[in-house]
Amino acid sequence: MSDVLAITEHRRGELRDVSFELPTACRELAGESGDVHLAVIGGDVDAFAAELDRDGVDVIHTVAEGEEFNHDVYTQVVEALVAALEPRYVLAPHSVNGLDYAPALAQRLGYPLVTDVVACDLDGELTVTRELYNGKTEAGVAVESELALLTIRPGEWEPAEGAGDARIEAFDVELDESAVGSTVTGFEEVGAGDVDISEADVLVSVGRGIQEEENLDIIFELADALEATVSSSRPIVDNGWLPPDRQVGQSGKQVTPEVYIAIGISGAVQHVAGMKGAETIIAINDDPSAPIYDIADYGIVDDLFDVVPALTEQFS
Amino acid sequence: MKVLVTVAEVAEADDEFEIDGLTIDDRYLTFDLNEWDNYALEEAIQLREALGEVEVVSVTIGPERAEETIRQGLAKGADRAIRVWDDELAALDLLDSGTKASLLAGVAREEEPDLILSGVQSADGAFGATGVALAAELGYQWAAVVNQLDLDADDGVASVHRELEGGVEELTDVELPAVLTIQTGINEPRYASLRGIRQAQTKPLDVKTPEELGVELGEPVLSLTSLAEPETESDVTYFEGGADESATQLAELLRERGVDA
Repeated sequence: MSDVLAITEHRRGELRDVSFELPTACRELAGESGDVHLAVIGGDVDAFAAELDRDGVDVIHTVAEGEEFNHDVYTQVVEALVAALEPRYVLAPHSVNGLDYAPALAQRLGYPLVTDVVACDLDGELTVTRELYNGKTEAGVAVESELALLTIRPGEWEPAEGAGDARIEAFDVELDESAVGSTVTGFEEVGAGDVDISEADVLVSVGRGIQEEENLDIIFELADALEATVSSSRPIVDNGWLPPDRQVGQSGKQVTPEVYIAIGISGAVQHVAGMKGAETIIAINDDPSAPIYDIADYGIVDDLFDVVPALTEQFS
Repeated sequence: MKVLVTVAEVAEADDEFEIDGLTIDDRYLTFDLNEWDNYALEEAIQLREALGEVEVVSVTIGPERAEETIRQGLAKGADRAIRVWDDELAALDLLDSGTKASLLAGVAREEEPDLILSGVQSADGAFGATGVALAAELGYQWAAVVNQLDLDADDGVASVHRELEGGVEELTDVELPAVLTIQTGINEPRYASLRGIRQAQTKPLDVKTPEELGVELGEPVLSLTSLAEPETESDVTYFEGGADESATQLAELLRERGVDA
C-alpha cells in the first residue's frame, strides 16, 4: 500500500499551478511501484483531467460536483475517495482553499496532518521538511504513522510535464447535502485602483521596516526621483497605510518589473512568491539574515533611513 | 451570545540566534501574543461593542509563562481566560493540530460558544490548521482566512469574505455555530488602556488540565527530528562603505539598468 492521492485545485475555470506540482510530489512518495491518483472536484472536470494527464499520473478521478470550491463537498468527496482507494498519503495544496478543508479532512480520517511541507524523505518512515520560527529555521518532522495528510507549499516541486496515459474515471459519490453548511455567494476583486503595480518597470517597494506611516514620505520621494511606482509588502496594507492594490505577494499581486527595490522588507515566502520574477532585485535592509537576501541580486545592509535619502539625493 | 477566541503565545527569534538541539535557545526568543490572534480578539471585542450582550472568552494552550500574553488579551477587553496545560503537554516537542483541536474542543464543549474566532496561523509554527480542525472536531461550520465579517446574530449566519490568493475574495455565508479563522488586516487592533491593564489583573484566568477537560492525549503522531538554519543560496553583491558610498554605487547600477529621471 504505497499509493498516493492528491487533490488538485482550480478557481474560476482554471487549474492553479500547484495542481501540476502535486503529481511530482506524489511520485516521490509513491516510488516506482505505487500509483499516483489525482482527484479533480468541481468545474469542467473533463477538461481539467485532460490537462492533468501528464507523465507519471496513473489515475485521475473526476467528480462533477458544483462549479467552484466548497469545503464541505471537498471534505466529503475526499473521504469517500480515501475509503475506496486506501492511499497511504493524501496530498493537498498549501493554499487558502487547502487550509479550508485539509485540517477538517485530517480530523475526520484520523490522519496526522503536516502543512506547508517543502520536502519529503521517505525511508521506511516519512520525514518531511517545513519551516519553523517564522521561516528562520527548517525542521525535520517525523510522521509516526503509516498514513498522513500533507499540504505542500506551491513552487517547491517541479510541475509534471509530458503527455501521460492516465485512466480517467468518473467517481460517484453520494453527498450528504445536510452537512453542507456554507454557501459561496460570489467573488470580488479587491483594490482596482488607478495604479497597476504589475505594469511598472521599476518598483520601489516598502515593508515593515519603515516603522511609521509618516516615514512613507522618503519612499515616495525616492520613487519620484526614479520615476518609479510604489508598492509594498503586506503589513503596510494591513495597517491601512497603502491601499490593497499596492500589495505584492501571494494575497496581493504578482509583479515582474525590470528593477525591484525592496526597502525594509524581510522577504517572507508569501512576499517572495509575488516578486521573485523581477529581473533585478535590490534589497535595503539592516538585518543581514533577512530572507530577502536569499533572492536579492544586490544588497545594502544598512539603515534604510540613511540609505534611502542618500539614494534620492543621487537622482535629484 | 458567547465568542471564544483561541489565543497563542508565539516565539520570535532574534536576528542572530543559536540552535540548541531541537529548539532555539531561550536567550534568543521573545514571547508575544500571536499577531493573527490579536486580530481575532479585536474582532470579538468589536462584535461585543456592536451587539452588546456578548461574552468574550479567550483560550490558550500553553505554559505558565503564557499568562503574561493572556493578560494582554484581558487588558484589551476579553472578559475571562482559560489556559490548558499539563506536564505531558510540556514534554512534547511539537503539538500537532489534531491534539490542539481536541484540547480546544474540550473547552468549547464546556463553554458552548456561538462563535469561535481563531487566528489563521501562528507566527512561529504556521501550521494554519487549528481552527478548521477544531470545527471538524466539534461538528461546527467554518471558514478559513476571513478578512471581513458581518454577523447576523438573529438568523445565526456569518457572512464572510475569504481572502484567496491574487487579490480575489470569496464571499461565503456560514451557519452558526462556526469557527472562523481570522486574517490580519480585518480590523485595527487596539492597544490596551491603562485602565484595561489594571482590570486585567483581576479578571478570571482558569487553568485546566487535559484530564479535567476529559481529553485523553494519544501517542504523539509528529516529532521533530532536526532543526537548522536554512542553507542560503544567496548570491548577493553587497554595496558597502556607509550609506552615502553604498547609495552612490547603487545609483550607478540603477543608471546602468536604465533607471534615471
